[in-house]
Amino acid sequence: MKFLCVECDQQMAFEERGLPGDGTLAATFKCPACGRVVAMLTNPMETQLVASLGVEIGGRTVPAQPLETVRRMVATGRDDAFAEDRQPATGNTPSWSPDAQERLARVPNFVRGMVKRIYVDYAKERGIAEITPAVMDTARAELGLEGM
Amino acid sequence: MRTYHDLTGPDRSGLAQQIGAQRRRVAERLAGVGRVIAVMSGKGGVGKSYVTAHLARGLARAGRAVGILDADLNGPTIPRLLGVSRAPLAAPGDAVQPVEGLDGVKCISMDLLLADGQPLAFKGPEAESFVWRGAMEASALREFLGDVAWGTLDVLLLDLPPGMQRYLELCDILSDPPVVLTVTIPTPEARDAVRRAVRAALERGSQLLGIVENMVGPQFSGTAADDLANEFDIPVLARVSWHPTPDTWDGLAGRI
Repeated sequence: MKFLCVECDQQMAFEERGLPGDGTLAATFKCPACGRVVAMLTNPMETQLVASLGVEIGGRTVPAQPLETVRRMVATGRDDAFAEDRQPATGNTPSWSPDAQERLARVPNFVRGMVKRIYVDYAKERGIAEITPAVMDTARAELGLEGM
Repeated sequence: MRTYHDLTGPDRSGLAQQIGAQRRRVAERLAGVGRVIAVMSGKGGVGKSYVTAHLARGLARAGRAVGILDADLNGPTIPRLLGVSRAPLAAPGDAVQPVEGLDGVKCISMDLLLADGQPLAFKGPEAESFVWRGAMEASALREFLGDVAWGTLDVLLLDLPPGMQRYLELCDILSDPPVVLTVTIPTPEARDAVRRAVRAALERGSQLLGIVENMVGPQFSGTAADDLANEFDIPVLARVSWHPTPDTWDGLAGRI
């Protein structure tokens, strides 16, 4: 899907993606010539079709996790389907603040390991020693993890 | 006004590249697999999963490294046939470890992921879910191929559900159409349904390995396997009675 600014005859560039949480998706595109911004709004079924393909509007910000679509989208999964992801302890493995642990505990078991790993990778790449709710919020915004 | 293909500027979403990366992930994951064999039939209830599991065990007893991908997402039975426990799956790196069943056969199955007795249901809008459900199942199949640490295998058997849908999805996901092993029962009704599936497989360029005729005995009459073998010039690899012994499967494994 591409957007053309008819007046300028320019391809519009992707700007931002938003997942309001009601099953819809919003993506904005901007004309590089005149600066006009348009929003593409998809209904829940259209959004679902994109999710079904295992692709990310706006591009991937983190590598695909194993069985990502299955973990995110299966509604009848076992809580204990996956062993908690274990990463070898290294000197720069970040710790989790109690508040962050509590927040992580609210993530359904089926996807918790995957979500945890994304936050750990984010923190390690940036040299963050402790994962706090604020770090999680920043990571969500930067990585486009609105649903996590 | 310019059209889609006239716009050649960079696309930050890179959806085509993301799809390409998914395909590469599958190809890389299967690089250590000698042969991918789809066990299929146009007919339900002919014993595809039963044949798949016992063929895999026969191959394993013969010293081959074997895995089964249970592609019947809505009616998965392979873990039970392989005596696999429902322990949590380990995903230590960028892939999920397959579980190991009888005779060392590796497997992955939706059965290992679903809550007890629950059907496979996806999150999403319920209205007209048929529009996206097929795509979701195809994605799950792709992830079973690309996100499972199959390692080095001589054979990866894909246990397909009845019909052609999953086979066609496989052809889209894999770089080459899979080799096909066909299962039927002796009846003319099964033969007619299986014939359609075999034709579809041929049209997509699959190599036909042969036919396994299952449930052979006085309960069913017919010559489905011979009819299909003659029509498509493929071998009948095994005729499996209602109470086969391990010799039956070892014999079939020897012909794969």
